[in-house]
Parts: sequence; structure tokens; C-alpha cells
Amino acid sequence: SRKKNKRIYFDEYDMFVEHRCSDFGMDSSKNKYPGDSVVTGRGRINGRLAYVFSQDFTVFGGSLSGAHAQKICKVMDQAAMVGAPVIGLNDSGGARIQEGVESLAGYADIFLDTSYLFITGPDVVKSVTNEDVTQEQLGGAKTHTSVSGVAHRAFENDIDALLNLREFFNYLPLSNRDPAPVRECHDPSDRLVPELDMLVPIESTKAYDMLDIIHSIADEREFFEIMPSYARNIVVGFARMNGRTVGIVGNQPKVASGCLDINSSVKGARFVRFCDAFNIPLITFVDVPGFLPGTAQEYGGIIRHGAKLLFAFAEATVPKITIITRKAYGGAYDVMSSKHLRGDANYAWPTAEVAVMGAKGAVQIIFRGKEADAEAEYVDKFANPFPAAMRGFVDDIIQPSTTRVRICHDLDVLASKTQSSPWKKHANIPL
Amino acid sequence: TCQHVSSLDLKNLCFVHLSRFLLFFSLQTFEKLLIANRGEIACRVIKTCKKMGIKTVAIHSDVDANAVHVKMADEAVCVGPAPTSKSYLNMDAIMEVIKKTRAQAVHPGYGFLSENKEFARRLASEGVTFIGPDTHAIQAMGDKIESKLLAKNAKVNTIPGFDGVVKDADEAVRIAREIGYPVMIKASAGGGGKGMRIAWDDEETREGFRFSSQEAASSFGDDRLLIEKFIDNPRHIEIQVLADKHGNALWLNERECSIQRRNQKVVEEAPSTFLDPETRRAMGEQAVALAKAVKYSSAGTVEFLVDSSKNFYFLEMNTRLQVEHPVTECITGLDLVQEMIRVAKGYPLRHKQADIPINGWAVECRVYAEDPYKSFGLPSIGKLSQYQEPLHVPSVRVDSGIQQGSDISIYYDPMISKLITYGSNRAEALKRMEEALDNYVIRGVAHNISLLREVIIHPRFVQGDISTKFLPEVYPDGFKGHKLTDLERRELLATAASLYVAEQLRSQRFLGTPRIPIAKSKQSSWELSVRLGDGIYPVAVSKDGSSFSPCLVSQQVEVDGMKLNVTSEWNLASPLLSVTIDGTQRTIQRLSRNASGDTSIQFLGTVYKLQILTKVAAELSKYMPEKAAEDTSSILRSPMPGAVVAVSVKPGDMVSEGQEICVIEAMKMQNSMIAAKTGKVKAVHCKAGDTVGEGDLLVELE
Repeated sequence: SRKKNKRIYFDEYDMFVEHRCSDFGMDSSKNKYPGDSVVTGRGRINGRLAYVFSQDFTVFGGSLSGAHAQKICKVMDQAAMVGAPVIGLNDSGGARIQEGVESLAGYADIFLDTSYLFITGPDVVKSVTNEDVTQEQLGGAKTHTSVSGVAHRAFENDIDALLNLREFFNYLPLSNRDPAPVRECHDPSDRLVPELDMLVPIESTKAYDMLDIIHSIADEREFFEIMPSYARNIVVGFARMNGRTVGIVGNQPKVASGCLDINSSVKGARFVRFCDAFNIPLITFVDVPGFLPGTAQEYGGIIRHGAKLLFAFAEATVPKITIITRKAYGGAYDVMSSKHLRGDANYAWPTAEVAVMGAKGAVQIIFRGKEADAEAEYVDKFANPFPAAMRGFVDDIIQPSTTRVRICHDLDVLASKTQSSPWKKHANIPL
Repeated sequence: TCQHVSSLDLKNLCFVHLSRFLLFFSLQTFEKLLIANRGEIACRVIKTCKKMGIKTVAIHSDVDANAVHVKMADEAVCVGPAPTSKSYLNMDAIMEVIKKTRAQAVHPGYGFLSENKEFARRLASEGVTFIGPDTHAIQAMGDKIESKLLAKNAKVNTIPGFDGVVKDADEAVRIAREIGYPVMIKASAGGGGKGMRIAWDDEETREGFRFSSQEAASSFGDDRLLIEKFIDNPRHIEIQVLADKHGNALWLNERECSIQRRNQKVVEEAPSTFLDPETRRAMGEQAVALAKAVKYSSAGTVEFLVDSSKNFYFLEMNTRLQVEHPVTECITGLDLVQEMIRVAKGYPLRHKQADIPINGWAVECRVYAEDPYKSFGLPSIGKLSQYQEPLHVPSVRVDSGIQQGSDISIYYDPMISKLITYGSNRAEALKRMEEALDNYVIRGVAHNISLLREVIIHPRFVQGDISTKFLPEVYPDGFKGHKLTDLERRELLATAASLYVAEQLRSQRFLGTPRIPIAKSKQSSWELSVRLGDGIYPVAVSKDGSSFSPCLVSQQVEVDGMKLNVTSEWNLASPLLSVTIDGTQRTIQRLSRNASGDTSIQFLGTVYKLQILTKVAAELSKYMPEKAAEDTSSILRSPMPGAVVAVSVKPGDMVSEGQEICVIEAMKMQNSMIAAKTGKVKAVHCKAGDTVGEGDLLVELE
């Protein structure tokens, strides 16, 4: 990676820095490596500036020395000064974590089969808790992308990760001072999407794939999904609309009926805040039957975690466009970027049902099962988008095939949106 | 008006500006007609009804509520749940709908109730007109023995043969000579082609007699032998007939339907390259004679087997509209559905035999949602995520009943559409078919475009040298897709590399003026490494406006002379990409790409998987850890979506290689899944009644 190539221009920093430690046999001349165990510098990705540091496992296992940390801090300081991102490629035994280094670009990459990430390794786990666990189970790619939610994506190998990183990088502004980038787009913004008119099944209990909606609406069917294996009942990721980067949040009816639970709320909240921090407009597709009930969720603090998503949507000042495709029930309706959380454009498809809950459950509670016709009446009254539209909770009921056109028009108009919140030192999200 | 009809050209059949003709043909027929069918044929019938001013009623199952035929019809009624026995075959429900909607006539389409005499009888008893022949004709032609007898009496050629006890070899020879060589000899009791022997002369007949009579006695205990004319390399050629209720009948020329797989037609054309005018007339006259013999009315089809010396033999008569009727409509200018409706109302035919022309040539390809790489086509299901018919290609007709977003489900026939092209001659029609297939966008399900395209460009097909054994003969080891020539491979690599560079360049083009200026790339050449199949090809690309000059670099020599010029608009959002490679225009489709460099491109009908990396990335790939390949012999995955009918093993069982493990049913086809090796069953992941998707794990062996 240090090879100089005229065409791929990478300006390396601190090539002559060596570690200063002289204890434990580290002082002999054999043990001095120019640059120490990290490569730092700056370069361009598709012409756009980026700083990068890459830990070098071939030098002392990539371990963090004083010099190593100093090099990383240097590129971070400079990046912060000019307003450009830092990309960190971590490959370190991590023996001495001293200097509180953190990467600005918060998306961690992790490789399938070869990468492990944990606070304490299997041996320590065994001695403390007598638990038998392998490296892969404890901190492998699968664990962190599907169970713990620590990593956002897993890739085959280094090359695959870097190629995907380049793709991802293109969606992001260089800093929070820049608007969301607009790339040249070949997909017409007025393209109708006829298949959406029959995508939502007639039976409200039948599932469909939210990704079908996202792919068909996005530019060139491209969607860069974040955390695809974790809390799959919510889908988050980046796409472009008429060239402009947008963040997409959608309930996934295919998994757990698309309900909100602790993990999906936290996953969604983190993503919404990321988009708001980096001026990326939010598009939310709602088909949510409510919060997942049960002791596991309540004891786990679903109220507190659900509030994170509510808080994140409410405090976001980027353009917010919401499309209710089917169910929008109860508190979960409010949470999903509703009008009440300062949504800029809130639409409902004709299949939308904005209600406190499903007709069956509602009638059971109201009539304790004594009223047979009441369910039909409840369906008539609430299982459609009109009551919400009449109160202005949705701005319009739209033909699903026109959704892309509407979103593109709204984004054009909302590009100049300014909105400010009352002054505060920082917001107080319910952590 | 007769003259007007015969001069109806293809354009009119494509239902473009027919309102003008409405005035001519708005003879009183029916006010409201019910179509007891679904899919493309329901849509096809509705189109003609619309032009005739007839109101239409569609029936549908609950899963078809959003289907195209439902939207096209004036009224639509649900007749039951998805399984056909409960909906499209549910006579009680359909009769109820007819009563409720007061439909005066029913068009049955093909399949379902189209040849069901009970249905025709019930309609007649309710005073509703069945658009088709009367029950007598349906019954007579539906019975194999009766139809053969009728055909014989009407002096229609039937396959000559003898079925009974043959005294000795001399008698066998005498019978064989009477029939005419070659003959087929086998034990009557033996099913199918089992123990069948072909004799081309007296000597072989004696030998065949000896073997077959021995086998008949020893294996079956039944002395009877069957000696029948052997049809070598048979072609399947059928004659379209049209008859009215006044004793008039016409033959509307032939359709060549020899390209088949598992007895299902794949490519059809009209006329046939094989028939001369005399044979055609002879076949036509016999077909008409048969139609008259059963007092046939409506459109029908008489199927013949034709041997290599143009002897033809009656096979059966289909008493309905055929799937492949559009090719006949193209060359004759008739709208068969319209004629059927008129005849059903009791009008006499408005054409004379001399009015029936053969104008040009028409070819039909049946586009199926199926994977042609698995025994020429195993069904595929899913949602048509993108769908675009090649209607911008001239002289193309597409009969379909689906649209973008439609589901291809396991309940019904997986046909996506019938793609018909027309030309003043066969070469023109085939050329257009090639173009139409390349311009057909079908995403979300597997499809057989690759097989269709290979068939229509195959030298044997182009020469007209075909038979019903075409597919197994041409692809004895199964269909494997298009085989690229060296030049075509270079074209594909050059196109893929150029597309990659176009994409790279586009990813540097941002709008607006960013705070930190974007460094303009001065790069004008790229060194790439493209993996295609087992090969890795170095490709160097240099750019000149919208055109690229990719140059294949051979591994030994620095630069190989092969330079191509690739030009396109490089619209990266369009599903179709028109590319000119050294002056040759090709329409390609990029089906997918990802950041890892994986790209799949449909080129010459076949989908190729490529991986495109920069030379640097490809070189570094060497250092990446290899992933261990999954041992596929110890696991059994479902090759297609379907339902598990039976599971014959349980964990702990020993199975031997080739033993049946379970049976999967898809689209009414049962597929036996067998063990790839001998071993102990480790786990069973399915049970009878389960619905499984393609690639789902069924059984694991230890």
C-alpha cells in the first residue's frame, strides 16, 4: 500500500516516524520500522478528498504505540480542520489502547471468517465466566453483523471491503458542513413505477418485501443497505433520488410483521441521527403494526429504546418525507416520521390504515367480543387513509406508481429547507 | 365486406386502429361474453371482444385479483381460491357467475374447460352459447379410438398398423410390406417404447419378429404383437381449420410445431418450410374432410405427424383455439377469435378457400418463466421486478397476460408470453425474432430467452431441418447456453469493460460546486482484469468521447493486436443498452452489478457472469484467503420452487447413491430428488406438504 503510483495519488504522512519505546528488547536496530505499525495519509476517492489510516499487522501485529497513535491523531486533526472524512482500516492486536482514538467515519467494516472483534478474548471469558466460546462465536463477522449490531456490514475480504467502501463513500458528504452530494443520474425523475400499484397484498396479514418498494423507487434500483443482517424488521440504508443521496428507513413486513422492537428502534435511531448529522434527507416507508409486546421487550426497556427513534426523527431537521404503504398503528405510527414529528411531506397509499390498532384487536377491547358487526364498522372507519387525511396528518393520498415522482419533486423543493431547534448545549436523547 | 377481411393485415390484428372496422363488423353477435380462462388467452379474447363491441366478463381466482385480464374486462368475478380445481375448473361457480352477469356466451380459451363436454352441455342446457364446437364433436375427437375410426372413414391418413397374433416370420414380413417400410415391431403389452424394434427391410422384420414374440411370450405372457409404420424423424405439423354450422369448412394452412420439449411446443411457425403446395393441399383437404365428418363448427386443429418423405398421418384433432394460433392469423390476416364468435352466433363463413392466403412468414416463441439449463426448462416463480415487451421492434406481436410487478405463481402455467414476429419471408421473421428476444426485458424470474434464441439461430433450424427430436439431438447433454466464439467473447469482454469504465467515470461526476473542489481525473486509460467463466482476461481500455477502445492484452505478450471500438450512449439506468462494437450493433442487458465488481450481462440471449477488477485489485486478490467450497454431494437443495410431496428418508437412514430422497412438485410436475452419494442421513429439513424455494436445503448427509 505504500507503493507510489502516479495515477492513484496517495500522499503518505509520517513515513519516518519510529516507535520510541526501548523496554523489553524493543530498542535494537532490528526492531525499528520506519512509519511504525500504521500507514497514514490522504488521497482522493472519485476525485473527492479523504484521509486514511491503515494499521499494519506485519509490524508488531499492528499494535498501538505512542507513535502509532500520534500518526492517527495527526490525520484526524487535519481532516477535522479541512472538513474531510477519515477512513480507518483496523487490523491490530490492540495491545495498548492509550490515547482514546476514535474514528470519525463511524462505520466499521469487518471481514467474514478472518476478522474478530471483542473486549476480552475466549480465554479470558473461559477463566472468568467458565463459558466455552470460539473466537468466531464471540466476535466474528456473523456475531457482530447479526447479533450484536457492532458491525454494519461484513465483506468477503479486504479488497471486497475496500471496493464497497468506495461505493459507500460516494453517498456521503465530505463533512457535516456539506449538503448531501448529487451525482449525475440517468434515471428519469418522472419515471412511473406501475408495479407499486399492486405490490401491497389485499390481505392485510400477508407479507411483502419492503426492499421491492425501495429498489423500484430508487435511482437505478440501487440501495446500499446498512446492517442488513441485524434487526431485519427494519430496513435502513442509502439510495439516490434524481442523483441526490437520501437515507431510507422502512419497516420490513417480511420479518416479524415489521414491528418495532428494541433492536430495530435503536438501529433506526442511529441511522436517522447519522443522516441528520450529515444533511442527508430522510425517506420513511411505513408499514408497522405496532411495538412488539411482551415481558422480554418491556423488561428490556422498549419504552426507552423506542423513544430513541421517536427522538431521532423529531430532532432531525433534514427534509423528511414519509409514505404510509399499509399499517400505521398506534404509537409506532407516531414514531415513524409522522406529521407530528415535523414531517415535511407525509403521504399515504390507498392501502394505508392509520389507526390506534388493527380492527380485530380494537373491537375485542371495546366490546369484549360481544359485538359481531363492530369489526366491519371499525374497518370501514379506520382501515383506510381518509380519517388521517381529513385531519391533515397525511398531506395527500397518492397513487403508489407516482411515489417516485412525488419524492423527487419534494426533494427539489425541500433542498432549501431551513429549520432550527431551540438553543441547547446538546440534545438529550434517552440513552 | 369479405374483401376487407382478407386484406386485414398484421397491423390490424395487433389491434391498432380497429375502431374503424367496428362499423363493418358490428353484426349482431353477443352483448356480453364470459371468458372462462386467465392469462394471455383471456386478454387475447377480450381484445377481439372490445373491437366487436362485446362486453366482457372475466373470472379469476383470489390470487389473480390484480391480473391483467381482470383489469381489461368490463366485469370480473372471483370464482374461488388459487388451485385451478377450485377456481378455473369450478364449473358450479362459473355457471353461477354466468347467471349473475347474464353473459350470453362463453369463450373457454385453451386448457381448463375448453374441451370439457360436460361444461359445453351445461352451457347448452342453460341456453348459453359455447364458443367452440358442439358436444358431439368434442366427445368424438376427445376419444383416441373413436377419432381414429372417424378419421379412417373420412379417408384421412392414419398411421397404418396391425395389432394381434402374428403366426410366423413370413406373416410378419407380409404385414410389414403391406404397411410399407420402415416399420416398428413390439409386444402389444409392452408400454411406451419398451422393447421396440425398427425394421427397414424383410430381414430386419424377421429378426424383429423373433425377438419381440419371444419377449411378448416370456415377459408379458401375451403373444400379441404390434406392427406399425415407423415414422422416422417425425415433424409435428398441424392444420388450422375453421368451420361453420352450415356445413362449410376451410383450412387455414399449416403450423410447424416440431420444436418441443417434453411434448410441449416451444417454437412454432407458419407456414412450414417442409410442405410443398401439393402436400399442403392434401393435408388441408383431409383436415376439412374430417371436420365435415364430425359436423365440426368453430376453429379447430388437426394434428399430423409428417415423415421425412412427406407422408403424413393423422394424430389427433384439438377442438379449441390453439396456443399458437397467432402465427396463422399473421399469415392469413384472419382474426380467429372473431371468426369463432361469428360462427358460434350462427353466421356462415365469409371466406372461400381461395381467399385464404399465405402472406409472408410468422414465427412464435413461447416465453416461459423457467430455467432452460435444467432439462430444457424447470419452472421458476417470483415477481416480475422489471418487465418490458419488445414492442418497439417492428412487426412484433406479444400476447401476454402479465405486466411489471405480476407474480408468476406455482398454481398456473409458467408462460410469460407468446412472442410473435412477422416478415415478408422466413429470414426476415427470424431476424426480427432475434432482435425482439434481445430487446425483451424480463427480471425477477428465470426465463427461457437463451434457449429460444439459440434454437432460432441454430443452422439446422435456419435450414428447416427439424423434427420433434430437435432439442435432445442438438443438445444431447442438456442446454448449456450460447457458446461464445472467440470474436463474441472479445465483444463481450470489451463491452463489459467499457461499461465498467463508463460507470467509473459517472461515479466521479457530481453536480453543484462542492466546498472542497473535486479533483478532475485525467485518467484516459484503464487496465482491467475480467473474469469470465474459468478464464481471466486482461483488458486495457482507452476512452474517446462516448466510445471506448478496449484492447485485449494477452498474458504473455504486452499488447495483443485485437482492438475493438465500442460505442454507446451508456445510459446506466436503461435496462436495454444498445452498443456498437466495431460497427456491429448489439442490444445487451446488464442485469446486475455490485461494488465487488460482479456483473451479469445478457449477451446474445445468454446471461454471463463476469467479475471486473482493476489490474491492481486483481493482483492483490492473490493474497486473499480462499473460501472453502461447500461440499454439494452431502447436501440436497431444491432445484426449483415447489411443494414437497413425499420424503422417503429420516435421519439416521442409510441411502445409496441415486436413491430417491424426496419428491418435489412444481407446476404439476413431480421431480424425484436423488442422493448424490452413499451415506447416512444427517438431517431432514423438509416434510411432505412444505413449500420450498429454489436453493432451499432439503436433506443433509453425513
